[in-house]
Amino acid sequence: MAHPVEGGNLTRGGAAVKIRIRNLHKHFGGLNAIEDVSIDIAEGTFFVIVGPSGCGKTTLLRILGGLEQVTAGTVDLAASARGRPQFSMVFQGDSIFPWMTVWDNAAYGLKMRGAPRAEIDATVGQWLERTGLTRFAKLYPHQLSGGMRQRVSLARAFANDPEILLMDEPFSALDEQNKTILQQELLRIWEADKKTVVFITHSVDEAVTLGDRIMVMTASPGRTKTLLDVPFERPRNVLELRHDPRYGEIVYGIWGQLKDEVERARV
Amino acid sequence: MSAIAMTDIGETRRIAARRRDRLISVGSPIGLLVAWELAAQLHFIDVRFFPAPSSIVRALVITAETGELLDNLAISLERLVFGFLLGGVPALVLGIVMGISRPIRAFVDPLISATYPIPKSSILPLILLIFGLGEMSKVVMVAIGVFYPIAINATAGVLQINKVYLDVGKSFKAGRWETFRTIALPGALPFIMTGVKLGAGLGLILIAIAEMVGAKSGIGYMIWSAWETFSVERMYVGLFVIAIIGFVMTLGLNELERWLIPWKAET
Repeated sequence: MAHPVEGGNLTRGGAAVKIRIRNLHKHFGGLNAIEDVSIDIAEGTFFVIVGPSGCGKTTLLRILGGLEQVTAGTVDLAASARGRPQFSMVFQGDSIFPWMTVWDNAAYGLKMRGAPRAEIDATVGQWLERTGLTRFAKLYPHQLSGGMRQRVSLARAFANDPEILLMDEPFSALDEQNKTILQQELLRIWEADKKTVVFITHSVDEAVTLGDRIMVMTASPGRTKTLLDVPFERPRNVLELRHDPRYGEIVYGIWGQLKDEVERARV
Repeated sequence: MSAIAMTDIGETRRIAARRRDRLISVGSPIGLLVAWELAAQLHFIDVRFFPAPSSIVRALVITAETGELLDNLAISLERLVFGFLLGGVPALVLGIVMGISRPIRAFVDPLISATYPIPKSSILPLILLIFGLGEMSKVVMVAIGVFYPIAINATAGVLQINKVYLDVGKSFKAGRWETFRTIALPGALPFIMTGVKLGAGLGLILIAIAEMVGAKSGIGYMIWSAWETFSVERMYVGLFVIAIIGFVMTLGLNELERWLIPWKAET
């Protein structure tokens, strides 16, 4: 069962709040993209934001990642432990550098923060191993398939060892089979050390498959429509999850919420 | 199995096609020379203006034996190389900076647009006036010719870089220098190489002109002095040598491009 959570500031199991958003507004010229969003995201939560296209969910993520400024309101990311970056972003579509090898792409974050050579070698080697890219380390992106390139994008974000991962529809450009495989791999590597994740998607299935908590956003202007917890335990198996009778129920429930918004967005 | 066999056939065909193309490219100038030789021997063409290739080769051997050819070739190449560095390096830096910074682009762009259409050969008298008849005036002429295509292409190259790469740099906290080194420069490199090739051609044109008017050495001077003594064969020797310099330069720059831009998909 999906349990809509009242208000936006409840946290699960008393974990510390990692991201606090208060009365966030964002305007682009005359366009009202985000209106009065307030949420707390607890440490270690896989937080998924789902909404119709153009609802401002990507804008919200870009604000968290410092790529856009707020019009009004506050966004607080808890201070990170010494030497670790606060966040890394995984972008929509192709975002790995075509002029760098797989290895250099994965090492980018560590290099930019001046990590020692030995640490870079060890960490990148380890993440390429975990994402199944070790054999492709010396190849350039144009020699890889779309699925492989998106793995490099994940490896680049994870290897940077951030406290928070911000992911903007990382699998939306992939075909169904690759998407399922990468969702499972993402869960596998994420479940190893449970960083706080904010994951944007337009796919209800993806939201239910991956998330601990889901925020449904309204169509433009983007507001919080519902917040709900996903009851599935971890570790999760992406395929078996779909057999669970609760899965269909939750997906159906979210669709009910989203349907009006999608229709509104089309008008 | 069949898929592998298929790609093998495709690969063999591509190699065969490439070999055929190369044969044609070598064959066409040789064919022209043979036709020219025959036409001259049979007096279809006026040998006072179009001496037979064999007599040009004879003149080439004589100028090579006296050292005249090599001395002039060496000095021309030296001017080309220094001019290339003097014009190309600042053009590269300015072009990329213009691509990154809007205010600098707004400031410099009109200056480049206004001076670019001036035929470079028409400012030779001014350059001779300023720098005199010494080496510097010739080097400066080459530098001016090389400057424009490299600067203009570097700016265009930076501007066409997909914005997502700059977002990636920003989100991984790349500083100004790191953004330049890891994103702007490699991202613009394919365009820059096109500028370098255009610049090399222009440099060659300008060095020949500058040496005809304002020098006592170099291939351009050799051609001019041959005209003054009406030794048509020596004139052709100069022209041949310039053609060969251009040809070798193109080959070298293509190799350089392949080495500098290994991520460019093979065509």
